[in-house]
Amino acid sequence: MGYTIAEKILMSCAGKKSIKPGEFIEAKVSLALGNDITAPFAIEEFKRAGFNWVFDRNKIALVPDHFTPAKDLKSANQAKILQVFASEQKIKNYFEVGCMGIEHALLPEKGLVSPGDLVIGADSHTCTYGALGSYAMGVGSTDLARAFIDGKCWIKVPASIRFIYKGKPKKWVCGKDIILYTIGNIGVDGALYKVMEFSGPAIDNLDMDGRFSMCNMAIEAGAATGIIAVDKITLDYVRRVQKAKNKTGKHRLKNLDLKSDAGACYDKIYEWDISRLEPVVACPHLPSNIQPAGKLKGVKLDQVVIGSCTNGRLSDLRIAAQILKGRLVKKGLRLIVIPATQKIYLEAIKEGLARVFIKAGGVFSTPTCGPCLGGHMGILAQGERCLATTNRNFVGRMGSPQSEVYLAGPAVAAASAITGRITHPQEVA
Amino acid sequence: MIIKGRVHKFGNDINTDDIIAAKYLITTDEQELGRHCMENIAPDFSKKVNKGDIVVAGKNFGCGSSREHAPRALKGCGVSAVIAPSFARIFFRNAINVGLPFLESADAGKINDADLLEIDLAAGIINNLTAGDTYKTEPFPGFLQEIINDGGLMNYMRKKCTK
Repeated sequence: MGYTIAEKILMSCAGKKSIKPGEFIEAKVSLALGNDITAPFAIEEFKRAGFNWVFDRNKIALVPDHFTPAKDLKSANQAKILQVFASEQKIKNYFEVGCMGIEHALLPEKGLVSPGDLVIGADSHTCTYGALGSYAMGVGSTDLARAFIDGKCWIKVPASIRFIYKGKPKKWVCGKDIILYTIGNIGVDGALYKVMEFSGPAIDNLDMDGRFSMCNMAIEAGAATGIIAVDKITLDYVRRVQKAKNKTGKHRLKNLDLKSDAGACYDKIYEWDISRLEPVVACPHLPSNIQPAGKLKGVKLDQVVIGSCTNGRLSDLRIAAQILKGRLVKKGLRLIVIPATQKIYLEAIKEGLARVFIKAGGVFSTPTCGPCLGGHMGILAQGERCLATTNRNFVGRMGSPQSEVYLAGPAVAAASAITGRITHPQEVA
Repeated sequence: MIIKGRVHKFGNDINTDDIIAAKYLITTDEQELGRHCMENIAPDFSKKVNKGDIVVAGKNFGCGSSREHAPRALKGCGVSAVIAPSFARIFFRNAINVGLPFLESADAGKINDADLLEIDLAAGIINNLTAGDTYKTEPFPGFLQEIINDGGLMNYMRKKCTK
């Protein structure tokens, strides 16, 4: 008998001595997040129900990142609702355009998520923070409105599935390839209402950015969240970001053993050797529709997007720049590179990455979720085809219902931008 | 509560971008959202649907984003209930929280487009008046039933906070 990491965190946040999958709990959240699409509903519901003040102005984060800098009048009005609410409630973690970044890159970078935390976010990719050994899950706007009131959330305790990855990944294989491979194997509802616990030697050696990418896409397999046990890589990251934030050098690590117990119960255990895995691409119109990048050479592209909460971090930009350095993007193809936060943007300038993208003929833009969800900054016309480092390739996701989106990691994206068709990085590097 | 309506049938893995595309997430008006419901995969849906009609779909209905606009768009265009063998987790939460009736039924595949259904929500019984069949579903556990009976999470909270 023992508990998984997810169960330990839920047990602690619900103040319980034992816990079992299927049980309903009311748990205290460490942080509640909303953005310019989801928070307006939450704020409206909160006010309509007659509540005046949020439970704790320090435990709410509002990030206008989806349609910002405001793409039109209606989205400007939506963002305004957040700004006014943040000011009236004195919300500490409101990030205006200029300080803003894509929420799931921004909050970890600002040191706002710690191992052992329970984070809810009115955005499905909130599960990203599982990479920090927190229980982080996407919820709806009404859940967020409720958390504004009393800082709590109802949860049906999910069972966990353990994924053990063995073997050393090949060159050009990154966290994105591992998670796409996983979703390809289990399907878009293969972890429905389960926790995906990623483990094994390949994960032990994966850097934080790769871990964020993996946990980020747990939702694409229907999971409640993805989670990775806390180790030295996690702790080094948390200490670094929280030190930067808090001059005293103190961080908020919880006194929890954030590893699953030896006797923990799993719904299923998958064990895969990924040493022979090649970079993969998810073809339209499901993230589970996986093919090796090398087998899609005939697929011509109109646009390549590198960015998003999945792959808009510094190491993603470094990989892309490494391939694009001294090269030109294929004539007629649009390359759009969007760093996920202002900090990453500055680093990319400092390291010369921005120059590489611009010299190659690409766009290098201010942080926004923009094209990923067909918002702005790279909408696809009828009949167009895009390869993106984003997370969803549903019908019409990036624009016209007659357009197509292929998903891949930054190496495949950069290589494909050079050739104008889907390309294995080894072909150009 | 008894719901009666015609069926609009959809396939597996209907995602929230299908239900309401992101470009319309610039409003909190349910009627306005309803006008664009299912637009990417069934452009005429919002015109065809009559108040009280029922959406019946395949597995994993509502997968993808957390947008609560999805159940609200369905409500906004007049859909009275959704039946599917399984629902994506966040859609499930949102439907409970905003009071969109839905039932998890393994028999969803036996229901055809344009069938006339009568649903007894509290009892979890679906009567297919066209086919002359009856399908039984598992009732929701007590905690969720309480939120549903209160008409959604905010009503539940209001009641809880004034006690």
